[in-house]
Amino acid sequence: MEFGWFLLATVLKVSFILGVTVLLYAPVFVLFERRQSAMVQDRIGPMMGGVKMPRLVIDHLQTLQMGAFGMAALCGLLFLFATAQVWQGNGTEVLFTEPVLGVRHTWNGMMFVFGALAAVHVPLGVVLPYLFHHDRLTIFGGLHALFDAIKAFTKEDVVPPEADKFLFSLAPIIAMVPALMLGAVIPFGPTLYVDYLFEQLPAEGTIGGAAIPLQVASLNIGILYMFAVGGAGIIGAALAGYSSNNKFALIGGLRAASQMVSYEVCLGLTIVPLFMLYDSLLLDEMVQWQVDHVWGVVVQPIAFVLFLTASIAEYKRVPFDAPEGESEIVAGFFLEYSSGKWLMYMLAEFFEVATSSMLIAVLFFGGWDVPFLGRGGWEAFGYAFDLSGTHWAILSEVANSHVFIVAVQIGAFVLKALLLGMLSIQIRWTLPRFRYDQIMQLCWRMILPLALVNILVTGIFILLTGI
Amino acid sequence: MAYLIKKPARTLSEQVYAVEAAKGLGITFRRLFTNVFGKAEDKKIATIQYPDESRDYPERFRGVHRLTHRVDGSPRCVACLCCSTACPAQCIHIEPAEYGEGDPRHGYERFPRLFVIDELRCIFCGFCVEACPCDAIRMDTGTHVPASWSREHFIFDKETLMSIPGRDGTYVTDNPRHEPGDPTHPGIDRDHHH
Repeated sequence: MEFGWFLLATVLKVSFILGVTVLLYAPVFVLFERRQSAMVQDRIGPMMGGVKMPRLVIDHLQTLQMGAFGMAALCGLLFLFATAQVWQGNGTEVLFTEPVLGVRHTWNGMMFVFGALAAVHVPLGVVLPYLFHHDRLTIFGGLHALFDAIKAFTKEDVVPPEADKFLFSLAPIIAMVPALMLGAVIPFGPTLYVDYLFEQLPAEGTIGGAAIPLQVASLNIGILYMFAVGGAGIIGAALAGYSSNNKFALIGGLRAASQMVSYEVCLGLTIVPLFMLYDSLLLDEMVQWQVDHVWGVVVQPIAFVLFLTASIAEYKRVPFDAPEGESEIVAGFFLEYSSGKWLMYMLAEFFEVATSSMLIAVLFFGGWDVPFLGRGGWEAFGYAFDLSGTHWAILSEVANSHVFIVAVQIGAFVLKALLLGMLSIQIRWTLPRFRYDQIMQLCWRMILPLALVNILVTGIFILLTGI
Repeated sequence: MAYLIKKPARTLSEQVYAVEAAKGLGITFRRLFTNVFGKAEDKKIATIQYPDESRDYPERFRGVHRLTHRVDGSPRCVACLCCSTACPAQCIHIEPAEYGEGDPRHGYERFPRLFVIDELRCIFCGFCVEACPCDAIRMDTGTHVPASWSREHFIFDKETLMSIPGRDGTYVTDNPRHEPGDPTHPGIDRDHHH
């Protein structure tokens, strides 16, 4: 592939993974955090922020909703009519003698367009009333979170006079940037064969032409990169505690450093069994193994629980938030931070939730794998989804086309990470905080021996069965 | 003296924290789904969005004062000064005046030329309502004194007090009133002479 195209593809991949982390996961997790905590505790939660809507819109929400449902019903009827036409074999019949809007309309096209329109309007109608609260547009309270962020950002940025100004300003950057860099090795989709976008690929064998692996960089050190870069985040927390010239902050920084270093060990050891099973350190090959065999969580459930625990401890959220220690050391290592710098720590936390969810999805939940969906199309228990000989050829043509399959798989990956993030937020609102010594004991006396035993058992298993 | 505190006995599943944590997650997830997707009667949301919604004050809540009306719209108050006398905070100021010559009420009763309550001084004890012999002052408005920017705004004059309706939205009370000249009026002496 030419260098120019390679560069373009890389830029697109980087912007996708950054965009998903910054623009999708971070705001959605902030919103989840607020809504989930509120609903679990029988509160409504913050809903005040919003854009005031004209009375006319607010008064006619019901009408708008009925309109959406009516539209859905209308499109549904047209969809059924088009489907009936396809049923009778008129699928490829051209509807108008002249092309309308430059497109030749056929019953096949009508079926897809109206089906999609009907499918879009139903959730739109369901969601519509929840977007508004009283006289304003709140988007499930999401605008309140946005306004909170704007407020935090525009506040006065206080730097303690006795603090080390340079390190104090550097620390939040060191904390946030590694969280974003982690995305570089995560495979968010299968290999994209640019020359065959709209065709059905063969299920087996090599495919020629330009191929773009949907992963920013397939480093040969693979997951070790994650630990190396993730380990850099420790410096951010430790520096913050050190440079603030505040004793609480120092204690918080020390706690953060020792906790993160300890759990780094656990984090590495808990997934050693996966390396042994997948026989690779490359994340894309790990996903490929899971596509070929089963998801990692099925073969290594204990490793999953241990890794989830260790990764929550690694990004310092409840129940492992001793470095922040709200009730003991005020806010811990970022106690002296305000305004944008504080926001960077806050965002770094959510970026880390996002990247670790993506990593868990890749390691244990098959990454972009969708059950019964292979490179060559949909297939279950030996039955392929293939209607090419019938009136419904267009359906299997679309469903089995390469670009559609890749889109579904990328969507599945994004959704898996989203659900895992939701789980970790729910854990944050369920479990009480561990004492500091309990955190250390859990690491060195529970997780570490269990991880070692898991390695041993997996090793014996592999030796005996010879996988 | 040192003494030993017995550790509570734990079952195996409690000792293996992950099991209990999973149970806890089950509880919180269930609560989350009931409160988000559940039927309205199953939802357990306890809070309201305050400025948009508000709860009714209790029936006997002593809110901002109001002066009740007669049927013709004039104040029921006869300026007897009972309320201002009873007021422990001394926040009521009344200037009585005589009804004009030829008015049927002339010679029977007076009316307040000025009726002023300093709502910032008031302690909302309700003694004025207790003291009033003719049901002219009430605190059954069901709302508190609204917030404002200036102290002057809290000096409520007669017109302001008469403009506040009761909780049911009316200005006239159910207590019957016998106007002078009306045959049910008890008159000014014991022989009911009008």
